[in-house]
Amino acid sequence: MEHIELSYPEAKRLITRRAHVGVVGSGDLEVLLEPSRDGVAHVTVTTSVDGFGDAWKAVLDRFFSKFGGAVRIHINDAGATPGNVLLRLEQAAEAVEQ
Amino acid sequence: MNMTNLSPEFLNRRSFIELDARARAQCLFDQGTSTELVGPFDRIESPWLPRQGIAPQSDDGCIIFKGKIGGSPAVAIAFEGAFQGGSVGEVSGAKMTAALDLAARDSEAGKPTSAVLLLETGGVRLQEANLGLAAVAEIVSSALALRRHAPVITIVAGTVGCFGGMSLAAGVSSYTIMTREGRLGLNGAEVIEQESGVDEFDASDRALIWAIHGGEQRVGMGLADSLVEDDADEIAATVRGYVRAGVPAKHRSEQVEFYRKRIAAIDTSSQIDPATLRQKWSNSKGRVR
Amino acid sequence: MSEQVGLRGRVWFKILAGNDTPDNDDPKSVLSRTADFGSEPALFLCVVPDEDSRFPCVRDGQVGLEEAYALATHIRKVIGEDADEPKPQKRPIIAIVDVKSQAYGRREETAGIFFAAATAADAYASARMAGHPVISLVAGHAFSGGFLTHGYQANRILAFDDAGITIHAMHKEAAARITLRSVAELDKLGHEIAPMSYDVRDYARLGLLFRLLHAQDPQNPTADEVAEVRAAIAAAIVDARSGTADLSNRWKSDVARRTRKGTLAVRAALEAQWMNA
Repeated sequence: MEHIELSYPEAKRLITRRAHVGVVGSGDLEVLLEPSRDGVAHVTVTTSVDGFGDAWKAVLDRFFSKFGGAVRIHINDAGATPGNVLLRLEQAAEAVEQ
Repeated sequence: MNMTNLSPEFLNRRSFIELDARARAQCLFDQGTSTELVGPFDRIESPWLPRQGIAPQSDDGCIIFKGKIGGSPAVAIAFEGAFQGGSVGEVSGAKMTAALDLAARDSEAGKPTSAVLLLETGGVRLQEANLGLAAVAEIVSSALALRRHAPVITIVAGTVGCFGGMSLAAGVSSYTIMTREGRLGLNGAEVIEQESGVDEFDASDRALIWAIHGGEQRVGMGLADSLVEDDADEIAATVRGYVRAGVPAKHRSEQVEFYRKRIAAIDTSSQIDPATLRQKWSNSKGRVR
Repeated sequence: MSEQVGLRGRVWFKILAGNDTPDNDDPKSVLSRTADFGSEPALFLCVVPDEDSRFPCVRDGQVGLEEAYALATHIRKVIGEDADEPKPQKRPIIAIVDVKSQAYGRREETAGIFFAAATAADAYASARMAGHPVISLVAGHAFSGGFLTHGYQANRILAFDDAGITIHAMHKEAAARITLRSVAELDKLGHEIAPMSYDVRDYARLGLLFRLLHAQDPQNPTADEVAEVRAAIAAAIVDARSGTADLSNRWKSDVARRTRKGTLAVRAALEAQWMNA
């Protein structure tokens, strides 16, 4: 069981909505995305699979390279692939941009 | 594919089974009247799963919506079958119990509030064992308290079905709605095979499983009330119908003598043929809703 | 799994109810008797093994179809008989619990054991809601569907503080297999995670028990030990009568406040949000 925390100070664009996607099934994850409280983006991840800190950072770096919203993201993960993680993040982002 | 079977109704139907628990609960309500309570952003999660290396879910796999169904106050409580098999833990169980209690409180104060239980669950969550089991007992108790004032409507649609202790909650409900895909029983085939051997129940025999636990059988033998298509609109309409019907004059689970006699009449010298039993039980005169 | 399942139940039924001859109308696996308890009559109920049961999957003390309906029948009869009694005179219903599990059989599933179990739980809860003090004495094992059917709808639960008492959702061997652990690892886990434990002392920490009872050998109690158990049951009856007819004492107890924080957080949050919805 690992808890990962990351911040993205460059992600400062105001976001006013929140979104929730996904179910924590085996090999799957849920993403909770809501406005940040301090003007920049923060991410927390709770994952049942240890040792993939670098992979998480890579996926989140990639996500925030395109999405500059000041959001607080929490992820509960049960072993999703990086591709699946990115998909869910993008779904959540799309939901708050509408 | 036989094109003549693809009626407009079939093509236009929206699958209920393909919806997650949240979408299933939501689709039952009158448009624009429902609010989710104690949802994901409240982050009331299992205190027990992370300590065992299992990823929690923000809503602990129990989703609550409150609103209006057919113009009447109602609450829907859905277990998410894709999270830990829809199993009942301390938090998910407490959510269902608390929602039933609040519906009962409103009902007793003069605002009858129906409850719809969407039971996609294997029963007690093993990783929370005794708190899950206690929660099931509390759910059954609260359902029994509410049903005196307002109907408790259970939906078992599949694919997980309703097994374990939660099958007792289905058993005490005012009305039970099932699809053909849905299964309802105390012990699933795998559990029977494990505990009593493959001769008792071959869990690989899918036809046998549905012949015994499937929605068509349960409705046909009189232990569930409506057999519906896997169609969200049809299911929502059926729920509306039961909300409108209100509390039945007598609940099925109060009719002990009637069902006890049926069991006494069973020949147990060999396995019971489900089709024959269904025939016998649907033919014998009994109280119908 | 102890071979003693069901023996303690019968012992305590005989001690408290006076004799253990089953009713003519009942399967031999159900003991039911109204007997004096203190100054009032009480209904005693117990499920015991019947190796000659016509249902093969209940012969070791499992709770099956006939057992569930017999329990429900007796309870509803008593509800009816006491219907016009004022609440303080509704007789106590005392479930003596020593059940291996629910019945795991194809006949049972075919004939709807889920529903039979529901009728028994309904009857027990209905008695409680009508004002009967419903007390469970866990004399041996209380597993899963068996306990949900017979005993878990009680106002108050008592259990012996003894290694022979197990209250749980699944037998250790099956639980070990499913969680991919050894039985020894499961025991260790139980010490860290109270709801997973097979030890009745950890169960007592969940806030669900009224009292832990002491007897050197619960299957052969001394006269003093029997007197203490009677006194504890009497206290449970008084406590039940003075409380509400629901199960809220299970999460409102001091002990529960410490271990069932998740339950309390849910109830508080839902109550607060319900008003505004």
